[in-house]
Amino acid sequence: MKVLLRNPRREIEVTGGRSVNRLLDDLGLGREAHLVICNGTLVPGDAVLTDDDEIEVRPVISGGT
Amino acid sequence: MCKAPAVIDLPRHNAHFCAEHLQQLCRRQVAKAIDDFEMFAPDDRILVAVSGGKDSLAVWDMLIDAGYRADGLYIGLGIGEYSTDSGAYARRFADERNLDLRVIDLREEYGYDVPTASRATGRVPCSACGLSKRRLFDQAALDGDYDVVVTGHNLDDEAAVLFGNTLRWDIDYLARQLPVLPAANGFPKKAKPLVRLTERETAAWCLVRGIDYVVEECPIAAGNRHLAYKESLNAIEATSPGSKASFYLGFLERMTPLLADRSAAAVGELHECERCGAPTTGEVCAFCRLVDKAAAHVPVPVELVVGRRR
Repeated sequence: MKVLLRNPRREIEVTGGRSVNRLLDDLGLGREAHLVICNGTLVPGDAVLTDDDEIEVRPVISGGT
Repeated sequence: MCKAPAVIDLPRHNAHFCAEHLQQLCRRQVAKAIDDFEMFAPDDRILVAVSGGKDSLAVWDMLIDAGYRADGLYIGLGIGEYSTDSGAYARRFADERNLDLRVIDLREEYGYDVPTASRATGRVPCSACGLSKRRLFDQAALDGDYDVVVTGHNLDDEAAVLFGNTLRWDIDYLARQLPVLPAANGFPKKAKPLVRLTERETAAWCLVRGIDYVVEECPIAAGNRHLAYKESLNAIEATSPGSKASFYLGFLERMTPLLADRSAAAVGELHECERCGAPTTGEVCAFCRLVDKAAAHVPVPVELVVGRRR
Protein backbone atom coordinates (compact mmCIF):
# COMPACT_ATOMS: atom_id res chain seq x y z
CA MET A 1 0.00 0.00 0.00
CA LYS A 2 1.12 3.54 -0.71
CA VAL A 3 1.89 5.51 2.42
CA LEU A 4 2.27 9.29 2.28
CA LEU A 5 4.40 10.74 5.05
CA ARG A 6 4.72 14.46 5.84
CA ASN A 7 7.36 16.81 7.20
CA PRO A 8 9.11 16.21 4.89
CA ARG A 9 6.63 14.99 2.33
CA ARG A 10 7.56 11.60 0.88
CA GLU A 11 5.87 8.41 -0.27
CA ILE A 12 6.81 4.83 0.58
CA GLU A 13 5.43 1.37 -0.21
CA VAL A 14 4.53 -0.89 2.67
CA THR A 15 2.80 -4.28 2.74
CA GLY A 16 -0.78 -4.30 4.01
CA GLY A 17 -2.42 -6.68 6.43
CA ARG A 18 -1.43 -4.71 9.49
CA SER A 19 -3.31 -2.40 11.84
CA VAL A 20 -2.91 1.36 11.91
CA ASN A 21 -1.17 1.14 15.29
CA ARG A 22 1.17 -1.53 13.98
CA LEU A 23 1.99 0.61 10.95
CA LEU A 24 2.89 3.56 13.18
CA ASP A 25 4.99 1.36 15.44
CA ASP A 26 6.79 -0.18 12.44
CA LEU A 27 7.53 3.30 11.07
CA GLY A 28 8.77 4.45 14.48
CA LEU A 29 6.04 7.09 14.74
CA GLY A 30 4.25 7.96 17.98
CA ARG A 31 0.54 7.19 18.14
CA GLU A 32 -0.22 10.33 20.13
CA ALA A 33 1.55 12.47 17.52
CA HIS A 34 -0.15 11.14 14.38
CA LEU A 35 -3.48 10.49 12.70
CA VAL A 36 -3.91 8.00 9.88
CA ILE A 37 -6.13 8.64 6.89
CA CYS A 38 -7.10 5.63 4.79
CA ASN A 39 -8.54 6.28 1.33
CA GLY A 40 -9.50 9.79 2.40
CA THR A 41 -11.12 8.82 5.70
CA LEU A 42 -9.78 9.08 9.23
CA VAL A 43 -9.40 5.63 10.81
CA PRO A 44 -8.74 4.47 14.40
CA GLY A 45 -5.71 2.57 15.64
CA ASP A 46 -7.22 -0.89 15.39
CA ALA A 47 -8.37 -0.51 11.78
CA VAL A 48 -6.69 -3.06 9.51
CA LEU A 49 -5.06 -1.75 6.35
CA THR A 50 -4.81 -3.69 3.08
CA ASP A 51 -2.44 -3.68 0.12
CA ASP A 52 -4.90 -1.68 -1.99
CA ASP A 53 -5.28 1.15 0.50
CA GLU A 54 -3.87 4.64 0.06
CA ILE A 55 -2.65 5.89 3.38
CA GLU A 56 -1.60 9.26 4.71
CA VAL A 57 0.18 9.41 8.05
CA ARG A 58 -0.46 12.92 9.25
CA PRO A 59 1.66 14.43 12.01
CA VAL A 60 -0.37 16.55 14.41
CA ILE A 61 2.30 18.13 16.60
CA SER A 62 3.03 21.78 15.89
CA GLY A 63 6.19 23.46 16.98
CA GLY A 64 5.21 26.99 17.90
CA THR A 65 3.74 28.40 21.08
CA MET B 1 -24.17 2.11 21.70
CA CYS B 2 -23.46 4.05 18.53
CA LYS B 3 -23.11 1.81 15.47
CA ALA B 4 -21.46 4.38 13.21
CA PRO B 5 -17.90 3.53 12.14
CA ALA B 6 -15.21 4.80 14.50
CA VAL B 7 -12.77 7.34 13.07
CA ILE B 8 -10.47 7.70 16.05
CA ASP B 9 -9.49 5.98 19.28
CA LEU B 10 -8.71 8.18 22.24
CA PRO B 11 -6.87 6.18 24.92
CA ARG B 12 -7.24 8.98 27.47
CA HIS B 13 -11.00 8.56 27.19
CA ASN B 14 -10.70 4.77 26.85
CA ALA B 15 -13.05 4.94 23.88
CA HIS B 16 -13.45 5.02 20.12
CA PHE B 17 -15.43 7.84 18.51
CA CYS B 18 -17.35 8.17 15.26
CA ALA B 19 -17.25 11.50 13.41
CA GLU B 20 -20.41 12.77 15.04
CA HIS B 21 -19.44 11.86 18.60
CA LEU B 22 -15.92 13.17 18.15
CA GLN B 23 -17.44 16.53 17.29
CA GLN B 24 -19.71 16.26 20.30
CA LEU B 25 -16.71 15.55 22.52
CA CYS B 26 -14.85 18.55 21.14
CA ARG B 27 -17.85 20.85 21.52
CA ARG B 28 -18.34 19.79 25.12
CA GLN B 29 -14.67 20.18 26.05
CA VAL B 30 -14.54 23.67 24.54
CA ALA B 31 -17.83 24.69 26.18
CA LYS B 32 -16.49 23.43 29.53
CA ALA B 33 -13.28 25.40 29.13
CA ILE B 34 -15.17 28.58 28.23
CA ASP B 35 -17.50 28.07 31.16
CA ASP B 36 -15.03 26.91 33.83
CA PHE B 37 -12.63 29.75 33.13
CA GLU B 38 -15.26 32.38 32.29
CA MET B 39 -13.54 33.10 29.02
CA PHE B 40 -16.19 35.20 27.32
CA ALA B 41 -19.93 35.77 27.12
CA PRO B 42 -22.25 34.77 24.24
CA ASP B 43 -22.50 38.37 23.00
CA ASP B 44 -18.82 39.18 23.19
CA ARG B 45 -16.94 40.14 20.03
CA ILE B 46 -14.08 37.74 19.56
CA LEU B 47 -10.91 38.21 17.52
CA VAL B 48 -9.31 34.88 16.62
CA ALA B 49 -5.57 34.79 16.00
CA VAL B 50 -5.45 32.76 12.78
CA SER B 51 -2.31 31.10 11.44
CA GLY B 52 -3.79 28.78 8.81
CA GLY B 53 -2.89 25.80 10.98
CA LYS B 54 -5.22 23.21 12.46
CA ASP B 55 -5.67 24.75 15.90
CA SER B 56 -6.55 28.30 14.93
CA LEU B 57 -8.92 27.14 12.20
CA ALA B 58 -10.43 24.54 14.54
CA VAL B 59 -11.08 27.07 17.31
CA TRP B 60 -12.53 29.57 14.88
CA ASP B 61 -14.78 26.86 13.42
CA MET B 62 -15.87 25.70 16.87
CA LEU B 63 -16.72 29.22 18.00
CA ILE B 64 -18.81 29.95 14.90
CA ASP B 65 -20.44 26.51 15.27
CA ALA B 66 -21.36 27.42 18.87
CA GLY B 67 -22.93 30.69 17.76
CA TYR B 68 -20.26 33.19 18.83
CA ARG B 69 -19.37 36.31 16.84
CA ALA B 70 -15.78 35.74 15.82
CA ASP B 71 -13.57 37.50 13.27
CA GLY B 72 -10.08 36.41 12.30
CA LEU B 73 -6.73 38.13 12.00
CA TYR B 74 -3.88 36.58 10.03
CA ILE B 75 -0.37 38.00 10.14
CA GLY B 76 1.90 37.42 7.16
CA LEU B 77 5.26 36.78 8.80
CA GLY B 78 7.31 36.54 5.60
CA ILE B 79 8.59 33.04 6.30
CA GLY B 80 8.88 32.10 2.63
CA GLU B 81 6.59 29.48 1.14
CA TYR B 82 5.29 28.51 4.58
CA SER B 83 3.70 31.94 5.01
CA THR B 84 2.33 31.95 1.47
CA ASP B 85 0.66 28.58 2.03
CA SER B 86 -0.64 29.28 5.51
CA GLY B 87 -2.13 32.59 4.42
CA ALA B 88 -3.89 30.85 1.55
CA TYR B 89 -5.42 28.27 3.89
CA ALA B 90 -6.62 31.02 6.24
CA ARG B 91 -8.19 32.99 3.41
CA ARG B 92 -9.86 29.94 1.90
CA PHE B 93 -11.33 28.92 5.25
CA ALA B 94 -12.77 32.42 5.78
CA ASP B 95 -14.06 32.79 2.21
CA GLU B 96 -15.80 29.41 2.23
CA ARG B 97 -17.68 30.35 5.38
CA ASN B 98 -18.20 34.03 4.63
CA LEU B 99 -16.19 35.03 7.69
CA ASP B 100 -14.36 38.28 8.29
CA LEU B 101 -10.59 37.81 8.05
CA ARG B 102 -8.23 40.72 8.28
CA VAL B 103 -4.70 40.25 6.99
CA ILE B 104 -1.63 42.19 8.11
CA ASP B 105 1.54 41.63 6.11
CA LEU B 106 4.64 42.55 8.13
CA ARG B 107 6.73 43.44 5.08
CA GLU B 108 4.03 45.59 3.50
CA GLU B 109 2.90 47.41 6.62
CA TYR B 110 6.03 47.54 8.73
CA GLY B 111 8.90 47.02 6.27
CA TYR B 112 10.29 43.79 7.71
CA ASP B 113 9.68 40.07 8.05
CA VAL B 114 10.58 37.49 10.71
CA PRO B 115 13.77 36.13 9.08
CA THR B 116 15.09 39.67 8.59
CA ALA B 117 14.16 40.68 12.13
CA SER B 118 16.06 37.69 13.45
CA ARG B 119 19.21 38.68 11.59
CA ALA B 120 18.82 42.36 12.45
CA THR B 121 18.43 41.76 16.18
CA GLY B 122 20.77 38.79 16.52
CA ARG B 123 18.02 36.81 18.22
CA VAL B 124 16.35 33.55 17.25
CA PRO B 125 13.47 33.98 14.76
CA CYS B 126 10.82 32.72 17.20
CA SER B 127 11.53 35.73 19.41
CA ALA B 128 10.72 38.26 16.66
CA CYS B 129 7.76 36.14 15.56
CA GLY B 130 6.20 35.97 19.01
CA LEU B 131 6.76 39.65 19.77
CA SER B 132 5.27 40.75 16.45
CA LYS B 133 2.22 38.53 16.74
CA ARG B 134 1.44 39.45 20.34
CA ARG B 135 1.74 43.17 19.64
CA LEU B 136 -0.31 43.14 16.47
CA PHE B 137 -3.08 40.93 17.83
CA ASP B 138 -3.33 43.12 20.92
CA GLN B 139 -3.46 46.30 18.85
CA ALA B 140 -6.04 44.93 16.43
CA ALA B 141 -8.28 43.84 19.30
CA LEU B 142 -8.10 47.26 20.94
CA ASP B 143 -8.56 49.18 17.67
CA GLY B 144 -11.47 47.00 16.62
CA ASP B 145 -13.13 47.11 20.02
CA TYR B 146 -13.06 43.34 20.47
CA ASP B 147 -13.84 41.93 23.90
CA VAL B 148 -11.26 39.16 23.73
CA VAL B 149 -8.40 37.73 21.65
CA VAL B 150 -8.68 33.96 21.22
CA THR B 151 -5.72 31.78 20.32
CA GLY B 152 -5.61 28.13 19.32
CA HIS B 153 -3.32 26.97 22.13
CA ASN B 154 -4.29 23.40 22.99
CA LEU B 155 -3.62 20.93 25.79
CA ASP B 156 -0.36 19.73 24.23
CA ASP B 157 0.89 23.32 23.90
CA GLU B 158 0.03 24.22 27.46
CA ALA B 159 1.41 21.01 28.93
CA ALA B 160 4.69 21.55 27.06
CA VAL B 161 4.99 25.16 28.23
CA LEU B 162 4.18 24.04 31.79
CA PHE B 163 6.80 21.32 31.51
CA GLY B 164 9.43 23.83 30.39
CA ASN B 165 8.50 26.39 33.04
CA THR B 166 8.65 23.65 35.69
CA LEU B 167 12.02 22.34 34.52
CA ARG B 168 13.39 25.85 34.99
CA TRP B 169 11.22 26.59 38.04
CA ASP B 170 10.30 29.90 36.42
CA ILE B 171 7.77 30.95 39.01
CA ASP B 172 6.83 34.22 37.31
CA TYR B 173 5.95 32.42 34.09
CA LEU B 174 4.13 29.68 36.00
CA ALA B 175 2.05 32.30 37.76
CA ARG B 176 0.98 33.80 34.43
CA GLN B 177 0.29 30.52 32.64
CA LEU B 178 -3.48 30.76 32.74
CA PRO B 179 -6.12 29.90 30.13
CA VAL B 180 -7.57 33.41 30.49
CA LEU B 181 -5.68 36.64 31.00
CA PRO B 182 -8.00 39.50 31.93
CA ALA B 183 -7.84 42.84 30.16
CA ALA B 184 -5.48 45.06 32.15
CA ASN B 185 -2.86 47.78 31.81
CA GLY B 186 -3.67 48.46 28.16
CA PHE B 187 -3.71 44.78 27.13
CA PRO B 188 -6.90 43.11 25.85
CA LYS B 189 -8.40 40.00 27.41
CA LYS B 190 -6.95 36.76 26.04
CA ALA B 191 -8.43 33.27 26.13
CA LYS B 192 -7.52 29.74 25.03
CA PRO B 193 -10.70 27.70 24.52
CA LEU B 194 -8.86 24.59 23.24
CA VAL B 195 -6.90 23.90 26.44
CA ARG B 196 -8.93 20.77 27.20
CA LEU B 197 -8.26 19.24 23.74
CA THR B 198 -5.11 17.52 22.47
CA GLU B 199 -3.54 18.26 19.10
CA ARG B 200 -4.69 14.87 17.86
CA GLU B 201 -8.28 15.83 18.72
CA THR B 202 -8.13 19.28 17.07
CA ALA B 203 -6.57 17.76 13.97
CA ALA B 204 -9.32 15.13 13.91
CA TRP B 205 -11.95 17.89 14.21
CA CYS B 206 -10.51 19.52 11.11
CA LEU B 207 -10.48 16.25 9.19
CA VAL B 208 -14.07 15.29 9.96
CA ARG B 209 -15.26 18.85 9.27
CA GLY B 210 -13.44 19.02 5.93
CA ILE B 211 -11.17 21.87 7.01
CA ASP B 212 -7.95 22.11 4.99
CA TYR B 213 -5.05 23.51 6.94
CA VAL B 214 -1.30 23.86 6.58
CA VAL B 215 0.23 20.53 7.63
CA GLU B 216 3.85 21.34 6.85
CA GLU B 217 5.70 22.62 9.90
CA CYS B 218 7.12 26.12 10.09
CA PRO B 219 10.71 25.63 8.82
CA ILE B 220 12.05 27.83 11.60
CA ALA B 221 10.30 25.91 14.39
CA ALA B 222 11.67 22.51 13.42
CA GLY B 223 13.76 20.92 16.16
CA ASN B 224 13.01 23.49 18.83
CA ARG B 225 12.89 22.85 22.56
CA HIS B 226 9.09 23.10 22.67
CA LEU B 227 8.80 20.16 20.28
CA ALA B 228 11.20 18.15 22.41
CA TYR B 229 9.01 18.77 25.46
CA LYS B 230 5.96 17.57 23.52
CA GLU B 231 7.78 14.39 22.49
CA SER B 232 8.71 13.69 26.10
CA LEU B 233 5.16 14.22 27.29
CA ASN B 234 3.77 12.04 24.52
CA ALA B 235 6.13 9.25 25.55
CA ILE B 236 4.64 9.46 29.04
CA GLU B 237 1.11 9.65 27.62
CA ALA B 238 1.69 6.49 25.57
CA THR B 239 2.23 4.42 28.68
CA SER B 240 -0.13 6.37 30.94
CA PRO B 241 -3.04 7.86 28.97
CA GLY B 242 -4.47 11.00 30.50
CA SER B 243 -1.16 12.16 31.95
CA LYS B 244 -0.99 15.40 29.94
CA ALA B 245 -4.48 16.43 31.03
CA SER B 246 -3.79 15.48 34.63
CA PHE B 247 -0.52 17.44 34.61
CA TYR B 248 -1.92 20.62 33.11
CA LEU B 249 -5.46 20.69 34.49
CA GLY B 250 -4.14 19.64 37.90
CA PHE B 251 -1.73 22.57 37.78
CA LEU B 252 -4.59 24.94 37.02
CA GLU B 253 -6.73 23.55 39.81
CA ARG B 254 -4.13 23.15 42.56
CA MET B 255 -1.16 25.38 41.85
CA THR B 256 -2.50 28.55 40.24
CA PRO B 257 -4.45 29.57 43.37
CA LEU B 258 -1.19 29.36 45.32
CA LEU B 259 0.54 31.57 42.74
CA ALA B 260 -2.22 34.17 42.45
CA ASP B 261 -0.37 36.86 44.42
CA ARG B 262 2.75 36.27 42.37
CA SER B 263 0.74 36.68 39.18
CA ALA B 264 -0.61 40.05 40.26
CA ALA B 265 2.78 41.29 41.39
CA ALA B 266 4.63 40.16 38.26
CA VAL B 267 3.33 42.94 36.00
CA GLY B 268 5.90 45.74 36.69
CA GLU B 269 5.28 49.42 36.29
CA LEU B 270 3.92 50.12 32.84
CA HIS B 271 3.40 53.31 30.90
CA GLU B 272 2.72 54.20 27.27
CA CYS B 273 5.31 53.80 24.57
CA GLU B 274 6.26 57.31 23.47
CA ARG B 275 5.97 56.21 19.83
CA CYS B 276 2.89 53.97 19.57
CA GLY B 277 1.18 54.21 22.95
CA ALA B 278 1.37 50.48 23.72
CA PRO B 279 2.09 49.49 27.33
CA THR B 280 5.79 49.13 28.07
CA THR B 281 8.24 49.27 30.96
CA GLY B 282 10.66 51.36 28.91
CA GLU B 283 10.27 54.62 26.99
CA VAL B 284 9.93 52.88 23.63
CA CYS B 285 8.25 49.48 23.47
CA ALA B 286 10.00 46.31 22.32
CA PHE B 287 7.92 46.17 19.13
CA CYS B 288 8.85 49.69 18.01
CA ARG B 289 12.51 48.94 18.73
CA LEU B 290 12.23 45.73 16.70
CA VAL B 291 10.66 47.55 13.77
CA ASP B 292 13.40 50.19 13.85
CA LYS B 293 16.17 47.62 13.60
CA ALA B 294 14.45 45.17 11.25
CA ALA B 295 13.02 47.65 8.76
CA ALA B 296 16.49 49.19 8.32
CA HIS B 297 18.06 45.82 7.54
CA VAL B 298 18.49 44.29 4.10
CA PRO B 299 15.82 41.61 3.62
CA VAL B 300 17.07 38.15 4.59
CA PRO B 301 15.66 34.99 2.97
CA VAL B 302 14.26 32.37 5.34
CA GLU B 303 16.84 29.80 4.22
CA LEU B 304 19.54 31.79 6.00
CA VAL B 305 17.84 31.59 9.39
CA VAL B 306 16.49 28.03 9.30
CA GLY B 307 18.32 25.97 11.88
CA ARG B 308 18.73 28.80 14.43
CA ARG B 309 16.87 27.13 17.25
CA ARG B 310 14.74 28.57 19.96
